[in-house]
Amino acid sequence: MDPRRVPLAVPKVRRVGFFTSIEPTPEPQRPNRSQSGPVEAATSSSPLSDSPSGNFISPVQIPPSRHHSDNLTSRAAPVPVPGPAAFRRHLAHDRSLHVGSYNPADSLLGTSPPSSNGELSEDSGSLFGFQRSDSAKLSSSFPNGGFDLTMAVRAPQEFESKIATVPASEGRKKTAEVSGKSESAVTTKAQKEKEQKSLKEKTTKAERRAIQEAQRAAKAAAKGEGSRRVDDSGRAKPGKATKQPQVKKEGLPVTSSVSEKKTVVVEKEKRMDVPQTQMQYDDKSRVEKAKKRAVVEQTESKNKVELFLHLPQYERGNQLPNLSSNIFTLDTIHHAVYKVGLQHLAGDISGDNARCIAMLQAFQEAIKDYTTPPMKDLTMDLTAKINGYVSFLIECRPLSMSMGNAIRFLKNQIRKLPVELSVSEAKASLCSDIGRFIEEKIVTADKVIVKHAVTKIRDGEVVLTYGFSCVVEMILLYAHEIGRKFRVVIVDSRPNLEGQRLLRRLVSRGLDCTYTHINAISYIMRDATRVFLGASSIFSNGTLYSRVGTACVAMVANAFSVPVIVCCEAYKFHERVLLDSICSNELGDPDAIANIPSRANMKRSKTMENNKNLQFLNLMYDSTPSEYISMIVTDYGMIPPTSIPVIVREYRREHLLL
Amino acid sequence: MWRRSASFVLDKHQNNKPISLTPSIDSPPPHSMADENSNPNPISAYYQTRAAHHGIVTSDWLEQAQAAVRRYPERDYSVSPGRPFSVIEEFNNWRQQPDLAEAVAAIRALAAVIRASEATTMMELEIELKKASDTLKSWDTTSISLTAGCDLFMRYVTRTSALEFEDFNSAKSRVLSRAEKFGEISCKARKIIAVLSQDFIFDGCTILVHGFSRVVFEILKMAAQNKKLFRVLCTEGRPDKTGVLLANELAKLDVPVKLLIDSAVAYSMDEVDMVFVGADGVVESGGVINMMGTYQIALVAHSMNKPVYVAAESYKFARLYPLDQKDLEPALRPIDFDVPVPPKVEVERSARDYTPPQYLTLLFTDLGVLTPSVVSDELIQLYL
Repeated sequence: MDPRRVPLAVPKVRRVGFFTSIEPTPEPQRPNRSQSGPVEAATSSSPLSDSPSGNFISPVQIPPSRHHSDNLTSRAAPVPVPGPAAFRRHLAHDRSLHVGSYNPADSLLGTSPPSSNGELSEDSGSLFGFQRSDSAKLSSSFPNGGFDLTMAVRAPQEFESKIATVPASEGRKKTAEVSGKSESAVTTKAQKEKEQKSLKEKTTKAERRAIQEAQRAAKAAAKGEGSRRVDDSGRAKPGKATKQPQVKKEGLPVTSSVSEKKTVVVEKEKRMDVPQTQMQYDDKSRVEKAKKRAVVEQTESKNKVELFLHLPQYERGNQLPNLSSNIFTLDTIHHAVYKVGLQHLAGDISGDNARCIAMLQAFQEAIKDYTTPPMKDLTMDLTAKINGYVSFLIECRPLSMSMGNAIRFLKNQIRKLPVELSVSEAKASLCSDIGRFIEEKIVTADKVIVKHAVTKIRDGEVVLTYGFSCVVEMILLYAHEIGRKFRVVIVDSRPNLEGQRLLRRLVSRGLDCTYTHINAISYIMRDATRVFLGASSIFSNGTLYSRVGTACVAMVANAFSVPVIVCCEAYKFHERVLLDSICSNELGDPDAIANIPSRANMKRSKTMENNKNLQFLNLMYDSTPSEYISMIVTDYGMIPPTSIPVIVREYRREHLLL
Repeated sequence: MWRRSASFVLDKHQNNKPISLTPSIDSPPPHSMADENSNPNPISAYYQTRAAHHGIVTSDWLEQAQAAVRRYPERDYSVSPGRPFSVIEEFNNWRQQPDLAEAVAAIRALAAVIRASEATTMMELEIELKKASDTLKSWDTTSISLTAGCDLFMRYVTRTSALEFEDFNSAKSRVLSRAEKFGEISCKARKIIAVLSQDFIFDGCTILVHGFSRVVFEILKMAAQNKKLFRVLCTEGRPDKTGVLLANELAKLDVPVKLLIDSAVAYSMDEVDMVFVGADGVVESGGVINMMGTYQIALVAHSMNKPVYVAAESYKFARLYPLDQKDLEPALRPIDFDVPVPPKVEVERSARDYTPPQYLTLLFTDLGVLTPSVVSDELIQLYL
């Protein structure tokens, strides 16, 4: 028992899920975009900050005594602790409290004056692409929004004209200071606040609507002003809050003052904490932007399946030769990273662990060859470099979740570098950190997994596996080595036929194997007594994200009540939640499923190519709900799928510090 | 016969007698069904002849217990200095106490190891402790709670800042106090569980129990003392008739109790409001390992949407993860079929089965009332 359990004279009631702290939560107040104070408070008490990234709160809490007196009703139970009834009441009570604590945060997005909110998302969406997950950014920019509102209510026209006449340099300065110093030409801060208060008291729904109408009209006018001015007003206009950090980054001169630098770092840290969303490829403006930056020029394939438009899909194979020719001429990307990128693109490296290790080793090389340019900070410059590499790798092939975790680890390492380290020391420390990550989180983890999983293979077992997973291969080989008598069924699927690789390796080592395709799964599952699966990632709700077809195998196994064992290193766990395999997936080469190797390709081309009614969907991954998984073997032992969040919660910090 | 209506029980009880303050003068339960020995029910001739073959024997558990208690105070704590200290002996001494669980006995024995230790360094003490716990574990490899109790003790005692003390004696006393505290906590566990589970027993409910679990008995006893009105269906608990023992004990507390044969569970499940079982061990998936028959009761209850509650002390949490029934080390026991088993016929002698977590509703533990998935949470926090 660990120390926090020691004073256990009275039993306690566990409170599961979100709970508020003992001190009274802020009263649900009126949505107030203009004051940054309440916004801060709201976000700090919202469940977001209780999530693993926030400070750790023990899940076991003895409920405060005030609940007892409130909630225990006439039924005087002779128990010193609240029983389940009281417990339930607690929950109900909590919920009502939550409404209070959620409200301010919610209201920022949901219940604030609807038109202003809509406007915000609308124009940020049309101009810069609406970034859904950057809530930190969004909330940090709200003070400006309030400023906007007050200005608008005073005199929209006047305001507009002022904005238009603000010189560009001043606008830039203002954004860099993030509303720190308000424009002296408009009003003083005290006045502004007074006005805000009065506004808050006065405005009714109709009034607010009127304000927003006026605002919108003003904005439309601003757009009409002309290209030169649009740029300026776009910068100065607080309505475009989401854009600001970006603008700042680009607009800042290289030799900026220290304080400005600091704010940038803070911003960056904030951004790093927020889980990044994938780029949505059906968002045309962002795709265009990304294309301009791209190193790899890919042609998009023509016929895409409508449901998966948000995923990138390119025609394959034609750009590889000229890309590989300029491997040493390109100077923005380190050649090791470039090589790995091309290997990903060509499919020479497949498998999550292999890709991740290759990427990390390439980064290691790149860091070794790295020199800090003059007048630059290693931490920032190197992070920028790594970001460039990462975006190059993404162009080659979308990153897997595990690679994302590894990159996050590396960036954290860079961020945590002590300032006093010299460049060579810093580089050495980073390289050894990467080496340690590979060694501890992947290589050793695999060994531990093998040791655990092999206890689940007994004599006479029939082990079914799907596709190719190097951990599963290691388990099977090890079990064979220590003399277990068992049979292996390898289920495979087109177009990759990865199972053949596994089959070849196992047969050459003398294992008894059966090879079949996934079409026969319901037949072959009768024989199986265990199903071993690899994983690309496992999400917080226990959802397994793995090679397409895995879900099918797991479900059939479940129907035949064969236990499904998933082998996955803990660095692949992800704190996000995945519900389906549509949001997050990867599209493979559509030709791979169109081409049937044994048939003549000539015939096909006539009927199939350029046929608008025909789309090929080559999905790479699918998600398996947790109820089809009996057990997850990880480097922390054998755990049920419900315990993934525990591992993520308990080890995330350590994982980042490592 | 019994009706399902809860109010029936209440009415009956209130008609008999207004609520009295002392349970000892309670009127006998409205039906004499509880007492198996004087079973007045007309039963079919076929079963009568079979019953004659069996002849239910109710050994008097209480007397045994008292005998054991009588033996207990004579035991002296101090170990004679000349004799080498044996952890098994110590363990067996503690084990004779009837209401002391095996794991608690082991924990006490291990604490005694620290006390008797002549080690001069912390490392030595730790090695000694490790050796003792290994001996205990190998003494009975089939007992899950023993293994788990030893492991937990080692975790609890050795994972402390005491090891960083410079002075060995103070460190040792610190470890010892931790050991004793752990023993105390384990000892109190049953009471805590009983208190926690009281609100789940409502007036007029019918509880199905399986086997003789001391925790479940504690819960029912406390409920009876709290003047809850409920009745209990006891399975027979073949082959060692543990259910009969429990029925006997409950009848002494004036709880209306009815005995079922093990195969009548599904038959009577529709009049049951909840199922209470104990556990030999709680495994990492949140499932439990318990006396043979628990799994099928849980299955039946699950299919009829009845809650299944497991009462288990936290020292029974084990780092095991069985995938199916055969994945356990079988604990075999002799089974008496009362007729000679024909040659060439195999007998399944396993004493326990594994109930997967999806068939359990809640676990009552001294850490609180937990859902099965929290068990793994606790285990991860304890061991990693």
